[in-house]
Amino acid sequence: MNPTAKPEATDNREEWPLWEVFVRSKAGLDHKHSGSLHAPDAKLALEMARDVYTRRQEGTSIWVVRSDQIVASDPGDKDMYFDPMEDKVYRHPTFYKLPDEVNHM
Amino acid sequence: MYTQAMDLMPKGDDKPSVPLSATEQQLLDRFEARIDDGGFVEPKDWMPEHYRRTLVRQISQHAHSEIVGMLPEGNWVTRAPTLKRKAILLAKVQDEGGHGLYLYAAAETLGVSRDDLIGQLHAGRAKYSSIFNYPTLNWADIGVIGWLVDGAAIMNQVPLCRCSYAPYARAMIRICREESFHQRQGFDALQVMMRDGTPRQRDLVQDAVNRWWWPSLMMFGPPDNASSHSVQSMRWGIKRISNDDLRQKFVDATVQQAKVLGVNPPDPELRWNEARQHVDFGAIDWDEFRRVVGGDGPCNRERLADRVQAWDDGAWVREAALAHAAKAAAQRKAA
Repeated sequence: MNPTAKPEATDNREEWPLWEVFVRSKAGLDHKHSGSLHAPDAKLALEMARDVYTRRQEGTSIWVVRSDQIVASDPGDKDMYFDPMEDKVYRHPTFYKLPDEVNHM
Repeated sequence: MYTQAMDLMPKGDDKPSVPLSATEQQLLDRFEARIDDGGFVEPKDWMPEHYRRTLVRQISQHAHSEIVGMLPEGNWVTRAPTLKRKAILLAKVQDEGGHGLYLYAAAETLGVSRDDLIGQLHAGRAKYSSIFNYPTLNWADIGVIGWLVDGAAIMNQVPLCRCSYAPYARAMIRICREESFHQRQGFDALQVMMRDGTPRQRDLVQDAVNRWWWPSLMMFGPPDNASSHSVQSMRWGIKRISNDDLRQKFVDATVQQAKVLGVNPPDPELRWNEARQHVDFGAIDWDEFRRVVGGDGPCNRERLADRVQAWDDGAWVREAALAHAAKAAAQRKAA
Protein backbone atom coordinates (compact mmCIF):
# COMPACT_ATOMS: atom_id res chain seq x y z
CA MET A 1 0.00 0.00 0.00
CA ASN A 2 1.22 3.48 -0.78
CA PRO A 3 1.43 5.21 2.59
CA THR A 4 0.93 8.66 1.09
CA ALA A 5 -2.44 7.73 -0.45
CA LYS A 6 -5.42 8.88 1.61
CA PRO A 7 -8.94 7.50 1.50
CA GLU A 8 -11.07 9.66 -0.80
CA ALA A 9 -13.44 10.80 1.93
CA THR A 10 -10.69 12.59 3.85
CA ASP A 11 -9.03 14.03 0.77
CA ASN A 12 -10.10 17.57 1.32
CA ARG A 13 -10.07 17.54 5.09
CA GLU A 14 -7.02 18.38 7.18
CA GLU A 15 -7.37 15.66 9.78
CA TRP A 16 -5.12 15.75 12.83
CA PRO A 17 -2.80 12.74 12.94
CA LEU A 18 -3.33 9.87 15.37
CA TRP A 19 -1.08 9.42 18.40
CA GLU A 20 -0.64 6.41 20.69
CA VAL A 21 -0.56 7.21 24.41
CA PHE A 22 1.56 5.38 27.00
CA VAL A 23 1.12 6.11 30.70
CA ARG A 24 3.42 5.24 33.60
CA SER A 25 1.13 4.61 36.55
CA LYS A 26 3.78 4.71 39.27
CA ALA A 27 7.42 5.77 39.53
CA GLY A 28 9.72 2.92 38.57
CA LEU A 29 7.17 0.98 36.49
CA ASP A 30 7.00 0.65 32.68
CA HIS A 31 4.85 2.88 30.54
CA LYS A 32 1.76 0.94 29.44
CA HIS A 33 -0.34 1.58 26.37
CA SER A 34 -3.52 3.39 27.35
CA GLY A 35 -5.11 4.24 24.01
CA SER A 36 -4.87 6.81 21.25
CA LEU A 37 -6.07 10.28 20.28
CA HIS A 38 -5.90 12.86 17.50
CA ALA A 39 -3.70 15.91 17.96
CA PRO A 40 -2.08 18.46 15.62
CA ASP A 41 1.40 18.22 17.14
CA ALA A 42 3.46 16.55 19.87
CA LYS A 43 2.98 19.26 22.46
CA LEU A 44 -0.79 19.23 22.18
CA ALA A 45 -0.83 15.44 21.99
CA LEU A 46 0.82 15.33 25.42
CA GLU A 47 -1.58 17.83 26.91
CA MET A 48 -4.60 16.11 25.45
CA ALA A 49 -3.33 12.73 26.60
CA ARG A 50 -3.19 14.14 30.11
CA ASP A 51 -6.78 15.33 29.83
CA VAL A 52 -8.07 12.17 28.17
CA TYR A 53 -6.19 9.39 29.96
CA THR A 54 -5.13 10.67 33.40
CA ARG A 55 -8.18 12.56 34.66
CA ARG A 56 -8.12 10.47 37.83
CA GLN A 57 -4.37 10.76 38.42
CA GLU A 58 -3.69 7.47 36.67
CA GLY A 59 -0.17 8.53 35.77
CA THR A 60 3.14 10.04 36.78
CA SER A 61 4.47 10.33 33.22
CA ILE A 62 3.12 10.15 29.66
CA TRP A 63 4.67 9.19 26.31
CA VAL A 64 3.01 9.94 22.99
CA VAL A 65 4.12 8.40 19.70
CA ARG A 66 2.73 9.04 16.21
CA SER A 67 0.66 5.96 15.37
CA ASP A 68 2.11 5.80 11.87
CA GLN A 69 5.56 5.43 13.44
CA ILE A 70 4.67 2.15 15.11
CA VAL A 71 5.65 -1.06 13.35
CA ALA A 72 3.66 -4.07 14.48
CA SER A 73 3.63 -7.81 13.88
CA ASP A 74 0.53 -9.22 12.22
CA PRO A 75 -1.82 -10.92 14.72
CA GLY A 76 -2.89 -13.17 11.82
CA ASP A 77 0.63 -14.61 11.82
CA LYS A 78 0.48 -15.34 15.54
CA ASP A 79 0.81 -19.10 15.22
CA MET A 80 3.75 -19.35 12.87
CA TYR A 81 5.39 -16.37 14.54
CA PHE A 82 5.36 -17.64 18.14
CA ASP A 83 5.16 -21.43 17.66
CA PRO A 84 8.92 -21.99 17.67
CA MET A 85 8.95 -21.14 21.40
CA GLU A 86 6.18 -23.58 22.24
CA ASP A 87 8.21 -26.79 22.59
CA LYS A 88 11.02 -25.28 24.67
CA VAL A 89 9.65 -26.17 28.07
CA TYR A 90 13.18 -26.38 29.47
CA ARG A 91 13.30 -22.56 29.49
CA HIS A 92 11.00 -22.61 32.51
CA PRO A 93 12.27 -23.17 36.06
CA THR A 94 9.48 -25.67 36.74
CA PHE A 95 10.95 -28.06 34.15
CA TYR A 96 13.59 -29.11 36.70
CA LYS A 97 12.52 -31.32 39.59
CA LEU A 98 14.88 -30.74 42.51
CA PRO A 99 14.92 -32.34 45.97
CA ASP A 100 12.51 -30.64 48.40
CA GLU A 101 15.30 -29.20 50.58
CA VAL A 102 16.66 -27.11 47.70
CA ASN A 103 13.53 -26.69 45.60
CA HIS A 104 13.14 -22.98 46.43
CA MET A 105 16.29 -22.34 44.34
CA MET B 1 25.51 -12.95 35.52
CA TYR B 2 26.91 -10.11 37.51
CA THR B 3 29.67 -7.56 37.49
CA GLN B 4 31.85 -6.31 40.29
CA ALA B 5 31.88 -2.97 38.52
CA MET B 6 31.22 -0.87 41.56
CA ASP B 7 34.47 -1.98 43.02
CA LEU B 8 36.47 -1.85 39.84
CA MET B 9 36.35 1.87 39.17
CA PRO B 10 39.66 3.62 38.69
CA LYS B 11 40.92 5.23 41.88
CA GLY B 12 40.04 8.86 42.32
CA ASP B 13 37.10 8.62 39.96
CA ASP B 14 34.53 8.58 42.69
CA LYS B 15 34.44 12.23 43.72
CA PRO B 16 32.84 15.15 41.92
CA SER B 17 35.73 17.18 40.55
CA VAL B 18 34.25 20.69 40.17
CA PRO B 19 32.53 22.77 42.87
CA LEU B 20 28.78 23.06 42.29
CA SER B 21 26.93 26.27 41.39
CA ALA B 22 23.98 27.33 43.53
CA THR B 23 21.50 25.98 40.95
CA GLU B 24 23.34 22.69 40.75
CA GLN B 25 23.41 22.44 44.51
CA GLN B 26 19.65 22.94 44.56
CA LEU B 27 19.17 20.26 41.91
CA LEU B 28 21.46 17.93 43.83
CA ASP B 29 19.51 18.48 47.05
CA ARG B 30 16.29 17.68 45.28
CA PHE B 31 17.83 14.61 43.69
CA GLU B 32 19.14 13.31 47.00
CA ALA B 33 15.83 13.96 48.71
CA ARG B 34 14.13 11.84 46.08
CA ILE B 35 16.65 9.02 46.56
CA ASP B 36 16.23 9.21 50.34
CA ASP B 37 12.52 8.94 49.78
CA GLY B 38 13.03 5.63 47.94
CA GLY B 39 12.15 7.28 44.63
CA PHE B 40 13.25 6.30 41.12
CA VAL B 41 15.31 8.22 38.60
CA GLU B 42 14.32 8.17 34.90
CA PRO B 43 16.59 8.97 31.91
CA LYS B 44 15.37 12.54 31.37
CA ASP B 45 15.52 13.53 35.05
CA TRP B 46 18.36 15.69 36.27
CA MET B 47 21.09 13.63 37.89
CA PRO B 48 24.58 14.39 39.22
CA GLU B 49 27.26 13.76 36.61
CA HIS B 50 28.98 11.30 38.94
CA TYR B 51 25.77 9.30 39.37
CA ARG B 52 25.47 9.09 35.58
CA ARG B 53 29.11 8.05 35.13
CA THR B 54 28.87 5.45 37.89
CA LEU B 55 25.79 3.93 36.31
CA VAL B 56 27.18 3.91 32.78
CA ARG B 57 30.22 2.09 34.11
CA GLN B 58 28.27 -0.39 36.22
CA ILE B 59 25.57 -1.17 33.64
CA SER B 60 27.99 -1.45 30.73
CA GLN B 61 30.33 -3.71 32.71
CA HIS B 62 27.33 -5.78 33.68
CA ALA B 63 26.37 -6.01 29.99
CA HIS B 64 29.93 -6.98 29.02
CA SER B 65 29.81 -9.72 31.67
CA GLU B 66 26.69 -11.21 30.12
CA ILE B 67 28.22 -11.25 26.66
CA VAL B 68 31.66 -12.53 27.70
CA GLY B 69 29.86 -15.03 29.94
CA MET B 70 28.54 -16.75 26.82
CA LEU B 71 32.07 -17.91 25.95
CA PRO B 72 32.94 -20.38 28.74
CA GLU B 73 29.56 -22.08 28.34
CA GLY B 74 29.58 -21.93 24.57
CA ASN B 75 32.72 -24.05 24.85
CA TRP B 76 30.51 -27.07 25.69
CA VAL B 77 27.56 -26.59 23.31
CA THR B 78 28.94 -29.03 20.74
CA ARG B 79 30.03 -31.52 23.41
CA ALA B 80 26.98 -31.64 25.67
CA PRO B 81 26.36 -35.27 26.67
CA THR B 82 22.77 -35.48 25.34
CA LEU B 83 20.52 -33.63 22.93
CA LYS B 84 18.42 -32.49 25.91
CA ARG B 85 21.42 -30.96 27.68
CA LYS B 86 22.52 -29.34 24.45
CA ALA B 87 19.11 -27.72 23.90
CA ILE B 88 19.12 -26.47 27.51
CA LEU B 89 22.64 -25.08 27.20
CA LEU B 90 21.82 -23.33 23.93
CA ALA B 91 18.74 -21.76 25.54
CA LYS B 92 20.84 -20.57 28.46
CA VAL B 93 23.59 -19.07 26.31
CA GLN B 94 20.88 -17.39 24.23
CA ASP B 95 19.43 -15.90 27.44
CA GLU B 96 22.84 -14.46 28.38
CA GLY B 97 23.00 -12.73 25.00
CA GLY B 98 19.53 -11.33 25.61
CA HIS B 99 20.51 -10.11 29.08
CA GLY B 100 23.49 -8.32 27.58
CA LEU B 101 21.17 -6.57 25.13
CA TYR B 102 18.70 -5.43 27.81
CA LEU B 103 21.61 -3.99 29.75
CA TYR B 104 23.30 -2.22 26.83
CA ALA B 105 19.90 -0.66 26.08
CA ALA B 106 19.58 0.48 29.71
CA ALA B 107 23.07 2.03 29.51
CA GLU B 108 22.13 3.83 26.28
CA THR B 109 19.32 5.67 28.11
CA LEU B 110 22.16 7.52 29.88
CA GLY B 111 23.39 9.04 26.63
CA VAL B 112 26.15 6.66 25.57
CA SER B 113 26.25 4.54 22.43
CA ARG B 114 26.45 0.76 22.46
CA ASP B 115 29.17 0.73 19.82
CA ASP B 116 31.31 3.00 22.01
CA LEU B 117 30.81 0.73 25.01
CA ILE B 118 31.71 -2.36 23.02
CA GLY B 119 34.69 -0.50 21.60
CA GLN B 120 35.93 0.14 25.14
CA LEU B 121 35.59 -3.55 25.97
CA HIS B 122 37.48 -4.58 22.85
CA ALA B 123 40.23 -2.05 23.51
CA GLY B 124 40.72 -3.57 26.96
CA ARG B 125 39.55 -0.38 28.69
CA ALA B 126 36.36 -1.85 30.22
CA LYS B 127 36.02 -4.57 32.81
CA TYR B 128 33.72 -7.54 33.10
CA SER B 129 33.17 -10.03 35.91
CA SER B 130 36.40 -11.81 36.87
CA ILE B 131 34.62 -15.17 36.98
CA PHE B 132 34.59 -15.54 33.19
CA ASN B 133 38.35 -15.62 33.02
CA TYR B 134 38.40 -19.18 34.32
CA PRO B 135 38.32 -22.16 31.91
CA THR B 136 35.52 -24.74 31.58
CA LEU B 137 37.54 -27.95 31.65
CA ASN B 138 34.92 -30.69 31.98
CA TRP B 139 31.16 -31.10 31.49
CA ALA B 140 30.50 -30.72 35.22
CA ASP B 141 31.84 -27.15 34.93
CA ILE B 142 28.67 -26.29 33.05
CA GLY B 143 26.53 -27.59 35.89
CA VAL B 144 28.65 -25.83 38.48
CA ILE B 145 28.47 -22.52 36.60
CA GLY B 146 24.68 -22.77 36.69
CA TRP B 147 24.56 -23.72 40.35
CA LEU B 148 27.31 -21.52 41.85
CA VAL B 149 28.01 -18.73 39.35
CA ASP B 150 24.39 -18.08 38.43
CA GLY B 151 23.45 -18.66 42.07
CA ALA B 152 25.85 -15.90 43.11
CA ALA B 153 24.61 -13.73 40.25
CA ILE B 154 21.00 -14.09 41.39
CA MET B 155 21.96 -13.15 44.92
CA ASN B 156 23.68 -10.04 43.57
CA GLN B 157 20.98 -9.13 41.10
CA VAL B 158 17.85 -9.45 43.18
CA PRO B 159 18.66 -6.31 45.23
CA LEU B 160 19.46 -4.48 41.96
CA CYS B 161 15.78 -4.82 41.01
CA ARG B 162 15.29 -1.98 43.51
CA CYS B 163 18.12 0.14 42.09
CA SER B 164 17.31 3.87 42.07
CA TYR B 165 17.93 4.10 38.31
CA ALA B 166 14.65 2.78 36.98
CA PRO B 167 15.68 1.52 33.51
CA TYR B 168 18.40 -0.59 35.17
CA ALA B 169 15.96 -1.83 37.81
CA ARG B 170 13.43 -2.80 35.13
CA ALA B 171 16.09 -4.68 33.14
CA MET B 172 17.09 -6.51 36.31
CA ILE B 173 13.52 -7.57 37.02
CA ARG B 174 13.31 -9.16 33.59
CA ILE B 175 16.71 -10.79 33.97
CA CYS B 176 16.00 -12.22 37.42
CA ARG B 177 12.77 -13.71 36.16
CA GLU B 178 14.73 -15.58 33.50
CA GLU B 179 17.71 -16.45 35.66
CA SER B 180 16.02 -19.00 37.93
CA PHE B 181 16.06 -21.64 35.19
CA HIS B 182 19.82 -21.14 34.82
CA GLN B 183 20.58 -22.11 38.38
CA ARG B 184 18.11 -24.98 38.46
CA GLN B 185 19.34 -26.58 35.24
CA GLY B 186 22.87 -26.49 36.66
CA PHE B 187 21.92 -28.19 39.89
CA ASP B 188 19.83 -30.70 37.94
CA ALA B 189 22.73 -31.61 35.65
CA LEU B 190 25.04 -32.11 38.65
CA GLN B 191 22.45 -34.14 40.48
CA VAL B 192 22.23 -36.57 37.56
CA MET B 193 26.01 -36.99 37.58
CA MET B 194 26.13 -37.51 41.35
CA ARG B 195 23.15 -39.85 41.55
CA ASP B 196 23.43 -41.88 38.34
CA GLY B 197 27.05 -41.29 37.39
CA THR B 198 30.14 -43.47 37.67
CA PRO B 199 32.71 -42.76 40.43
CA ARG B 200 34.82 -41.03 37.79
CA GLN B 201 31.89 -38.76 36.84
CA ARG B 202 31.26 -37.92 40.49
CA ASP B 203 34.94 -36.98 40.75
CA LEU B 204 34.47 -34.61 37.84
CA VAL B 205 31.73 -32.80 39.77
CA GLN B 206 33.92 -32.48 42.87
CA ASP B 207 36.81 -31.27 40.72
CA ALA B 208 34.62 -28.59 39.14
CA VAL B 209 33.35 -27.48 42.57
CA ASN B 210 36.96 -27.27 43.81
CA ARG B 211 37.89 -24.94 40.97
CA TRP B 212 34.76 -22.70 40.94
CA TRP B 213 34.07 -22.33 44.67
CA TRP B 214 36.52 -19.54 45.51
CA PRO B 215 36.10 -17.57 42.26
CA SER B 216 32.32 -17.66 42.94
CA LEU B 217 32.85 -16.08 46.37
CA MET B 218 35.01 -13.41 44.70
CA MET B 219 32.07 -12.46 42.46
CA PHE B 220 30.66 -10.40 45.33
CA GLY B 221 33.65 -8.06 45.13
CA PRO B 222 36.23 -6.98 47.70
CA PRO B 223 35.43 -7.04 51.43
CA ASP B 224 33.42 -4.06 52.67
CA ASN B 225 36.36 -2.50 54.51
CA ALA B 226 38.37 -2.43 51.26
CA SER B 227 35.58 -1.35 48.95
CA SER B 228 35.89 2.43 48.61
CA HIS B 229 33.02 2.90 46.16
CA SER B 230 30.35 1.07 48.07
CA VAL B 231 29.48 3.92 50.43
CA GLN B 232 28.48 6.41 47.73
CA SER B 233 26.64 3.70 45.80
CA MET B 234 24.67 2.68 48.85
CA ARG B 235 23.93 6.34 49.48
CA TRP B 236 22.54 6.72 45.97
CA GLY B 237 20.54 3.53 46.00
CA ILE B 238 22.59 1.97 43.20
CA LYS B 239 23.65 -0.76 45.57
CA ARG B 240 21.38 -1.99 48.36
CA ILE B 241 23.25 -4.73 50.24
CA SER B 242 26.98 -4.82 51.02
CA ASN B 243 29.44 -7.23 49.37
CA ASP B 244 30.13 -9.11 52.59
CA ASP B 245 26.47 -9.47 53.53
CA LEU B 246 25.63 -10.89 50.11
CA ARG B 247 28.64 -13.22 50.22
CA GLN B 248 27.57 -14.54 53.62
CA LYS B 249 24.04 -15.09 52.37
CA PHE B 250 25.42 -17.03 49.42
CA VAL B 251 27.66 -19.23 51.58
CA ASP B 252 24.80 -20.00 53.99
CA ALA B 253 22.50 -21.10 51.18
CA THR B 254 25.10 -22.94 49.13
CA VAL B 255 26.62 -25.05 51.90
CA GLN B 256 23.26 -26.66 52.46
CA GLN B 257 22.77 -27.26 48.74
CA ALA B 258 26.23 -28.88 48.54
CA LYS B 259 25.19 -31.31 51.24
CA VAL B 260 22.09 -32.32 49.29
CA LEU B 261 24.21 -32.76 46.18
CA GLY B 262 26.90 -34.74 48.02
CA VAL B 263 29.92 -32.56 47.25
CA ASN B 264 32.36 -30.78 49.57
CA PRO B 265 33.30 -27.14 49.01
CA PRO B 266 37.12 -26.87 49.18
CA ASP B 267 37.24 -24.96 52.47
CA PRO B 268 38.20 -26.82 55.67
CA GLU B 269 37.02 -23.85 57.76
CA LEU B 270 33.38 -24.12 56.70
CA ARG B 271 31.25 -24.67 59.79
CA TRP B 272 27.99 -23.49 61.31
CA ASN B 273 28.48 -20.72 63.87
CA GLU B 274 25.68 -20.91 66.40
CA ALA B 275 26.44 -17.48 67.89
CA ARG B 276 26.46 -15.69 64.51
CA GLN B 277 23.70 -17.87 63.07
CA HIS B 278 25.79 -18.04 59.90
CA VAL B 279 28.29 -20.42 58.29
CA ASP B 280 31.92 -19.41 58.95
CA PHE B 281 34.27 -19.66 55.99
CA GLY B 282 38.00 -19.36 55.30
CA ALA B 283 40.01 -16.42 53.96
CA ILE B 284 39.64 -15.49 50.30
CA ASP B 285 42.79 -15.08 48.19
CA TRP B 286 42.36 -11.42 47.21
CA ASP B 287 45.70 -11.41 45.42
CA GLU B 288 44.26 -13.89 42.95
CA PHE B 289 41.17 -11.69 42.57
CA ARG B 290 43.27 -8.61 41.82
CA ARG B 291 45.40 -10.58 39.39
CA VAL B 292 42.38 -11.83 37.43
CA VAL B 293 40.65 -8.43 37.45
CA GLY B 294 43.92 -6.85 36.37
CA GLY B 295 44.07 -8.99 33.23
CA ASP B 296 46.17 -11.95 34.34
CA GLY B 297 43.59 -14.65 34.92
CA PRO B 298 43.83 -18.00 33.13
CA CYS B 299 41.68 -16.90 30.17
CA ASN B 300 41.61 -13.08 30.03
CA ARG B 301 43.45 -12.83 26.72
CA GLU B 302 41.53 -15.68 25.12
CA ARG B 303 38.14 -14.21 26.11
CA LEU B 304 38.93 -10.76 24.77
CA ALA B 305 40.46 -12.14 21.58
CA ASP B 306 37.31 -14.24 21.00
CA ARG B 307 35.05 -11.21 21.50
CA VAL B 308 37.09 -9.07 19.12
CA GLN B 309 37.16 -11.82 16.51
CA ALA B 310 33.39 -12.34 16.75
CA TRP B 311 32.91 -8.59 16.25
CA ASP B 312 35.30 -8.45 13.28
CA ASP B 313 33.88 -11.59 11.68
CA GLY B 314 30.39 -10.10 11.93
CA ALA B 315 31.33 -6.80 10.26
CA TRP B 316 30.13 -7.87 6.81
CA VAL B 317 26.70 -8.82 8.22
CA ARG B 318 26.26 -5.42 9.87
CA GLU B 319 27.35 -3.65 6.68
CA ALA B 320 25.16 -5.77 4.42
CA ALA B 321 22.07 -5.22 6.58
CA LEU B 322 22.60 -1.45 6.54
CA ALA B 323 23.21 -1.43 2.79
CA HIS B 324 20.04 -3.44 2.23
CA ALA B 325 17.99 -1.07 4.39
CA ALA B 326 19.39 1.97 2.55
CA LYS B 327 18.65 0.40 -0.82
CA ALA B 328 15.08 -0.51 0.18
CA ALA B 329 14.50 3.03 1.47
CA ALA B 330 15.80 4.51 -1.79
CA GLN B 331 13.47 2.23 -3.78
CA ARG B 332 10.47 3.28 -1.68
CA LYS B 333 11.33 6.91 -2.25
CA ALA B 334 11.65 6.40 -6.01
CA ALA B 335 8.33 4.49 -6.22
